[in-house]
Amino acid sequence: MTAPLLDIRSLHLGVALGRSAHHPLLKGVSFQIMPGEAYGLVGESGSGKSVTSLAVMGLLKRPLAVSSGEILFKGQNLLTLPKREMRRLRGNRIAMIFQEPMTALNPLSTVGRQIAEMFVLHQDKSWNEAQKLAIDALASVRVPNPDRRAKNYPHQMSGGLRQRVMIAMALACNPDLLIADEPTTALDVTVQAEVLRLIKELCAERGTAVLFISHDLGVIASICQRVGVMYAGCLVEENETRALFDTPRHDYTKGLLGALPRLGSRSQHGRQRLVDIDSIIADRSKLTETRFIAPRGIEGSQP
Amino acid sequence: MRLGFNFWLGTGLTALVIFAGVLAPWIAPFDPVLDADLMSSELPPDATFWFGTDAQGRDVYTRILFGAQISLTVGIVSQVINSIIGVTLGMTAGYWGGWWDDLVNGLTNVMLAIPSLIFALAVMAVLGPGLPSLLVALGLTNWSWTCRIARSSTLSLKSQGYVQAAQTLGYGDLRIMFTQILPNMMGPILVMATLGMGSAVLSEAALSFLGLGIQPPFPSWGSMLTDARQLIQLAPWVAIFPGLAIFLSVLGFNLLGDGLRDSLDPHMRTRKP
Amino acid sequence: MTAPLLQVDDLHVRFPISGGGLLGRGRRMLHAVNGISFSLAKGECLSIVGESGCGKSTTALSILGLQEPTEGMIRYRGLPLAGPGAPGRMQRAKAVQMVFQDPYASLNPRQSVRSSLAAPLRLHGFTAGSEIDGRIEVMLKNVGLTPEHANRYPHEFSGGQRQRIGIARALILEPEIVVLDEPVSALDVSIRAQIINLLLDLQEKLGLSYLMISHDLSVVEHMSDRVLVMYFGQIVEEGGWREIFEAPAHPYTRRLIAAIPDPEKALNTAELQDCVSDVPQFAGRSFISDGSTAPDVFTAPAPSELVEIGASHKVRLASA
Ligand SMILES: Nc1ncnc2c1ncn2[C@@H]1O[C@H](COP(=O)(O)OP(=O)(O)OP(=O)(O)O)[C@@H](O)[C@H]1O
Ligand SMILES: Nc1ncnc2c1ncn2[C@@H]1O[C@H](COP(=O)(O)OP(=O)(O)OP(=O)(O)O)[C@@H](O)[C@H]1O
Ligand SMILES: [Mg+2]
Ligand SMILES: [Mg+2]
Repeated sequence: MTAPLLDIRSLHLGVALGRSAHHPLLKGVSFQIMPGEAYGLVGESGSGKSVTSLAVMGLLKRPLAVSSGEILFKGQNLLTLPKREMRRLRGNRIAMIFQEPMTALNPLSTVGRQIAEMFVLHQDKSWNEAQKLAIDALASVRVPNPDRRAKNYPHQMSGGLRQRVMIAMALACNPDLLIADEPTTALDVTVQAEVLRLIKELCAERGTAVLFISHDLGVIASICQRVGVMYAGCLVEENETRALFDTPRHDYTKGLLGALPRLGSRSQHGRQRLVDIDSIIADRSKLTETRFIAPRGIEGSQP
Repeated sequence: MRLGFNFWLGTGLTALVIFAGVLAPWIAPFDPVLDADLMSSELPPDATFWFGTDAQGRDVYTRILFGAQISLTVGIVSQVINSIIGVTLGMTAGYWGGWWDDLVNGLTNVMLAIPSLIFALAVMAVLGPGLPSLLVALGLTNWSWTCRIARSSTLSLKSQGYVQAAQTLGYGDLRIMFTQILPNMMGPILVMATLGMGSAVLSEAALSFLGLGIQPPFPSWGSMLTDARQLIQLAPWVAIFPGLAIFLSVLGFNLLGDGLRDSLDPHMRTRKP
Repeated sequence: MTAPLLQVDDLHVRFPISGGGLLGRGRRMLHAVNGISFSLAKGECLSIVGESGCGKSTTALSILGLQEPTEGMIRYRGLPLAGPGAPGRMQRAKAVQMVFQDPYASLNPRQSVRSSLAAPLRLHGFTAGSEIDGRIEVMLKNVGLTPEHANRYPHEFSGGQRQRIGIARALILEPEIVVLDEPVSALDVSIRAQIINLLLDLQEKLGLSYLMISHDLSVVEHMSDRVLVMYFGQIVEEGGWREIFEAPAHPYTRRLIAAIPDPEKALNTAELQDCVSDVPQFAGRSFISDGSTAPDVFTAPAPSELVEIGASHKVRLASA
């Protein structure tokens, strides 16, 4: 039996309104990520995917606050961890890539320096050493001419390159968990495909687990082994990727899968009317009442 | 959206000034000009003369109430003129761009480089003293910030879908500016105008203090200060109360402006899902 | 033979970009659109695909009259739509309309739905209140909203409903051509289907012609009759949706199609098949670029031509 790397247990989180009032955003979300596993979160916009990831990173800002639940990382509850310890984990054991790399990189510092800083900060390297490691890190995310590129400022790079720099920074210290919140939504399809392949290969190589947030089912299918579907602050369905796509059980998942035109289906079956999610779902308010969480596979975590 | 203490304090002070100015003819115990009585000059505050009397024996409290009318008129009229000039120039410059934009930008920069009081002094020198020329002078002085804000808001609103949609629907330029752009930048313009009222009140006081603004015997807070110059040792209340009135009203306008700005700041508003 | 509804001939758009130098020294031209020609027939959906910055929106804006072309001709029913002798905004408004990408930015937050639909009608000479109300009601029903929605303001609607209002506004003057710039990409995945279905229904019902810009190829395949693949201001491949998706010829088109993250493809094929390498050859002529390296946008592209390789299927090859 392997212990989960990340174990989120019935996480409740909300917006504090004044002194006692509280508007819930997450209503008891639980899921586990095994070491080395790529776990996907999909779901409606505003369903709480990003706040879940921010809670794991310990980056929730007022008025957002966790009201109950546990986030266990390697058995340690991140919610009760002192700020200092949390800072040590962040960037080192748990790393994150954001949707818009431009806002996440410091515009006033070269990318090489920003990557090197990770080594200085978390691995006590000297700046000289770190600088060399930064160039290696850039090479590992397949940035051409890494030694020259290290001297570039973020605005001198294209979106795809910037996202690679973010990945290099995130993976610099070989984290155990990488959180990627829509890392490719701002990119062109061709660039997106390369960045996705990169994340997939690097994480497989190093055994890094990934929490991958996206609204693009195709992206999720190509990266993740297991997928959770969120709706209105609840995890309404969870399954192995293959099974989820073949036999969706929750109405929202069914609607989501049917709603998209599939490449090639027009030439096979002619143009078919897309499934209108509102025709499947009679009452949206009842959606969170049913949940389908498939047990983990046989080779997985049977105790 | 929660408005802070400062906003309400600003609203309260502003409301006080408005009440004082509007109700002065009814609530003032004396006449600001005619009730001069040299027998009762320079009396300290007491039950009859709440704020004391000045060198001519006029009730300072009454004069401050009537002075609020001047301050309000100056504040509002000059800011209306400022906003009209600033919005017209800024919006057209941002919308049309090109040489007109360059020209307006140049003009704005020149205006910003001249200290506003000096500019107002120059205008007053041409037009002569008095309330109408004071209004014109202050109205011509402070439009450059409004203009800049109007221009930059227009630049960002211009690329919004609904402005482009209006263009494709066949709207003319002026119609687009007035129906699509102007209503959506009223917030910041209003904030600028409120903040500007504070500085207009100050400028009025300064110009009147220099003898260029409101002409005696009619009361304005600034001219009251001028009169108080020689008395400051003997009868400090003659200077303190107008000074306090200026201070509180300027503070009020500024707090109100700041509060409005914060409440209109998109970061303070929750995004609609 | 009747003239096509819309005809674009050799459209060029260049933007002056001020370089580093002072006093306009080093002013360069950014070649956004480099000689695009196409035509749009009545009732057709023509899609333009291509990566960010390749000039798709600039082309669309030129057709809408929001961007003056540097060179070239745009004709609507044989009459010029740009340049000297072009119709004013009013006439153009009845020919071409646009649905915008971002439903949150495309509606004036201070106008009720009724006033954003009524104002263009009034502008175009409708005066009778009952007729205006009637048209608004019909249009709201057309896009799947109810007449009661007319009195509400944009912030009271969801993203999908806002996009419906945007569509209603584009159709209220009964244009023949509607430009759709990424009509669903800003919408939540679960409601995209509704808008796609709506657009297809309206096309059929009202006989509309669509010029759609999108980078979502699965939507393009679903909706289009013909597809233009654009790469740095030029059309590199043009054809019916079947040709483009089943027999893509240009390496760039192949890269685009291979890059689509499709659940089916991801789950069924172990590795992405490398369809970029075995590119067919056409009469021994080469492609100018395979779309893997970004060309310089500040110089005009090397000479090349669109060559017919099948019925209504063209691909760009280097000039012989
Ligand atoms: N700082 C905040 N204050 C108040 N509400 C917030 C705040 N941040 C997020 N929310 C709300 O929390 C909910 C969940 O937001 P979250 O960003 O996690 O959604 P998401 O699933 O990531 O959506 P998307 O797909 O659009 O990124 C939303 O309804 C959002 O409006
Ligand atoms: N007003 C402008 N001034 C200068 N350059 C411009 C202007 N508008 C567009 N460009 C440039 O022209 C090129 C084409 O832009 P365009 O907006 O048409 O691209 P696009 O294909 O629509 O891209 P996207 O998919 O990102 O919307 C880009 O390089 C862009 O930077
Ligand atoms: Mg999010
Ligand atoms: Mg565009």
